[in-house]
Amino acid sequence: MSDLIKIIIVSIFAQNIILSKNLGLCPLVGSTNSRKNALGIGICVLIVNLISSILIYFIYKYLLVNTNTTYLKTIITILLIATLVQIIEIIMKKRFNSIYKSLGIYLPLTTTNCAVMGTVLLNISNNYNFIQMIVFTISSSIGFMLVLYIFSSIIEKVNKNVPSCFKGYPVAFIIAGITSMIFMNFSI
Amino acid sequence: MKNIFKNNIVLSLCLGLCPILAVSNNFEAAYLMGICVLVVLLLSNTIISLIRKLIPENIIIPSYILIIATLVTVIEILVNKFIPDLYNSIGLYLSLITVNCVIFGRAISYASKNTVFKSIIDALTIGIGYLLVISFIGLIREFLGNNTITLIDKTSEILNLPRMIYRIVPNSTYFPINLFQISAGGFIILGIIIAIFNKVKEKTKNE
Repeated sequence: MSDLIKIIIVSIFAQNIILSKNLGLCPLVGSTNSRKNALGIGICVLIVNLISSILIYFIYKYLLVNTNTTYLKTIITILLIATLVQIIEIIMKKRFNSIYKSLGIYLPLTTTNCAVMGTVLLNISNNYNFIQMIVFTISSSIGFMLVLYIFSSIIEKVNKNVPSCFKGYPVAFIIAGITSMIFMNFSI
Repeated sequence: MKNIFKNNIVLSLCLGLCPILAVSNNFEAAYLMGICVLVVLLLSNTIISLIRKLIPENIIIPSYILIIATLVTVIEILVNKFIPDLYNSIGLYLSLITVNCVIFGRAISYASKNTVFKSIIDALTIGIGYLLVISFIGLIREFLGNNTITLIDKTSEILNLPRMIYRIVPNSTYFPINLFQISAGGFIILGIIIAIFNKVKEKTKNE
């Protein structure tokens, strides 16, 4: 049990997927300008991450390892994520149209989000068992959502009064740097 | 020339950031990563512009993803074979070249519409721009954070060259500043570089 709690704390705070591993930066600086967007992206990442991690876990363990083709993991992962995003999009459109409309453009963009593929590949390289894998995936997605939310609430306030050359991306990076320093304190 | 400096894909559009910040705390790892991205970009642009008329309109995205993922796997296997040290430290980010927006963006917006020759030139200029930015950030971060500059370390065996690691400032009380080795320093340096880039761009526009 204690190792699960350790995984949760480490993956949400100390080795946060955005601030310490530098994955998923494109959505962070590109499309996080309001708190609503941040939640939308976060939820998409959580759903896709969880389903694809579970599928890849079984495919890797029972198919790729047994047939000695582990070098195919990059291709299999990206194909699975892309297909999954398409399927989720179709299901959402038919069944839960209101959620689909509010998630909008963010769902297809999760295909090319490093945070999703990074988590799946980290699951493989860390050799987690099934329960550890589920816990790691959920908590790192929560860490992703948390940082996005904190970040968007800061940037809403700051972006109005900075020098013109710092507007947009530069100020976003500097805020990310300061937030990252705060999160670093958890690792000591 | 426009693609390398004025419309640099990292500084003006902020694409392909994950490796730029994650790998750039060591100069050698940074430029090797840049070269890997350059090679993948060059090959993917060439292949995609060669077969652009064969791919039907509605399966463009999956087939491009497949081509890029295959190329990345080839690079991964090569790096694992020849520079295993490098693979152990940045292996995850090598696989993540697959979802690097630079490569996918150029494939969709340029290689799928232009001839082979033009696409190769485009890939070369964009890739060199990327390489310059990532090595520059690597240089600054390694100098400030570790007080060294690593020219050749992990590749010394295959290149048959001695290891080249230089200490820059001897016996200083201020160096090294550890902040620049962790990711926080990377964020701040990239932010400042983009701000300077924007300022220069504004100035040249006014003149």
